[in-house]
Amino acid sequence: MLYFLRKTGLFVLTLWAAVTLNFLIPRLQPGDPAEAIVQKLAGQAQQVDPEQIRAIRLMLGVPDTSLWNQYWDYLNALVHGNFGLSYGYFPYSVTHMIAEALPYTLTLVGVTQIIAFVAGTGLGAWAAWRRNTKIDSFISLGSTFLSTLPFFWIALMLIYVLANTLHWFPEGGAYSGEIVPAFSSGFVADLAYHAVLPALALLITGSIGWILGMRNNMVQSLGSDYTRLAVAKGLKERRVAWTYAARIALLPNFTGFAISLGGVFGGTLIVEQIFSYPGMGKLMYDAIGNRDFPLLQAIFLITTVAVLLANFLADVLVGVLDPRVRRQSS
Amino acid sequence: MTEVETLVPRETPPDRPAKTVKRRNGWQVVWSNGKARTGIVILALFVAVAVCAPVIAPFNPKDSTLPPGLQPGGAYLLGTTNLGQDIFSQLVYGAQVSLIVGLLAGVVVTLIALVIGLVAGLLQGVVDEILSFSINLALVVPALPLMVTIAAYSPVHGLSLIIFVIALTGWAWGARMKRAQVLLLRSQDFVTAARFSGDGLWRIVFRELVPNMVSLVVAGFMGAAIGAIGAEAGLSFLGLGDPSTVSWGSMSYWANSNGAMLTGQWAWLLAPGLALSLLITALTLINFGIDALSNPQLREE
Repeated sequence: MLYFLRKTGLFVLTLWAAVTLNFLIPRLQPGDPAEAIVQKLAGQAQQVDPEQIRAIRLMLGVPDTSLWNQYWDYLNALVHGNFGLSYGYFPYSVTHMIAEALPYTLTLVGVTQIIAFVAGTGLGAWAAWRRNTKIDSFISLGSTFLSTLPFFWIALMLIYVLANTLHWFPEGGAYSGEIVPAFSSGFVADLAYHAVLPALALLITGSIGWILGMRNNMVQSLGSDYTRLAVAKGLKERRVAWTYAARIALLPNFTGFAISLGGVFGGTLIVEQIFSYPGMGKLMYDAIGNRDFPLLQAIFLITTVAVLLANFLADVLVGVLDPRVRRQSS
Repeated sequence: MTEVETLVPRETPPDRPAKTVKRRNGWQVVWSNGKARTGIVILALFVAVAVCAPVIAPFNPKDSTLPPGLQPGGAYLLGTTNLGQDIFSQLVYGAQVSLIVGLLAGVVVTLIALVIGLVAGLLQGVVDEILSFSINLALVVPALPLMVTIAAYSPVHGLSLIIFVIALTGWAWGARMKRAQVLLLRSQDFVTAARFSGDGLWRIVFRELVPNMVSLVVAGFMGAAIGAIGAEAGLSFLGLGDPSTVSWGSMSYWANSNGAMLTGQWAWLLAPGLALSLLITALTLINFGIDALSNPQLREE
């Protein structure tokens, strides 16, 4: 119980630190980013709601007010989910833009990460079980080689070969222009077809860590006493490999899974830009280009909070699965 | 290559088991490892190319008066860009940026990690709690989104900004490893012995602890350099680098945004990525030899 309380406390503290970091970044900048945005918005033909201007100021900085007051108002606005207007996508609000983009990224990242985790740990376990054979060298050397390639380069090559040269898949976008977005099987199939290449890019880079990590863990657990006991008892190979060695080797990967999500969101920034995939990464990339600070700030915050939440859940899960962890901290 | 030579210890650490009869210095241990030797040779080639870039490159990499959009071959080994620059010359000059970023950001990240790891490991209580919390926070906050958010605000986009954001996001992993190592070392007999013989804190830190952390520090430096080179390429590819610097990342940025894929200028697209991959491979190979420094079982005689 103490373990879970401690983890919850730590999560709340980390969350507070991330929210504060998000408050400080725009305020540490030279000049006044909020003023720049407000002036640009004032130049728009359409009338801007003063409430929205206020929300932008709360997020990015209010002149002539003490930092404490600003901080308090900022927290208040966050609780109400009020991030202000997007400058780049005027007159839409930041919340609206994020709500549009989030499902794409969540689906893409969710599906690819689960496949990468299962395939990666499976391949890593296989390599460890058959270590020092051709299978092992193929898997370990292959993934080490792939890990040295720049992420953006892998994505560019996928487009170049599979889209531009072979024309198997579309170059980018989330769905074809002629299809009307609706919950029909045709539209879903079209969505999936467009998602194949970005997903493949995330899959290739996403599974490498699991392969190498799982191989290391499993080589260790294969050498430990309980595995040798299992072999001595005359259990079948398959049973020794999966229920004895792989099961214990899997635990560190659960924590790794959550930590890796931070890297994956970085990956979507690059992948979605390359494939013009309308998710959070593309939105963030465009926000940088437009100097759309309200949107940028909100995306950074949401990404960070999502990763923190995933880490917290992983900690809880490991605590449930592994009694040793619980006992250590009490 | 030089940084490996200077950072490696002159003597083997004192707690090494007596059965490694031949006492060799760190450089010899790393060099005797076949993988590391390959890596060192490749890295030396990159350094040579970067230093001799004005001699090797046939054109000025920024000179945009050449015939644009040429395919590889002839006087233009890898062809020219749509803006009329020689791709091979850009590739040669790009080595400078990657090596400088790797070296500088690697040193900064390693220093921050070492100081924080040492302080957190040595001081127990509140200081350690706060530093450990910061380490864990910096580990989970997504690095690339943080980097681009900070870089987006900055009015100047140059190498110093890139090194700054890399340092800001990259120190945590090394700090955690070093803190763990200090915790492990401080309870060992030779540190207790030094304390009982009246050595002061600074003497214990620099005569007992740090010499035993050299291989960890060097390995941490290599890891940080690899991360920094990749991060620079990624940031430049996103257009957040200095647009006037010729780096492998910015080459890829221009290749992608000028549609090198559609015009079939494969060398423009292929070359910078492969160069990055080869450099990172070299550093990874050297790391195998550095692992052998701290773990005698990995040594090749």
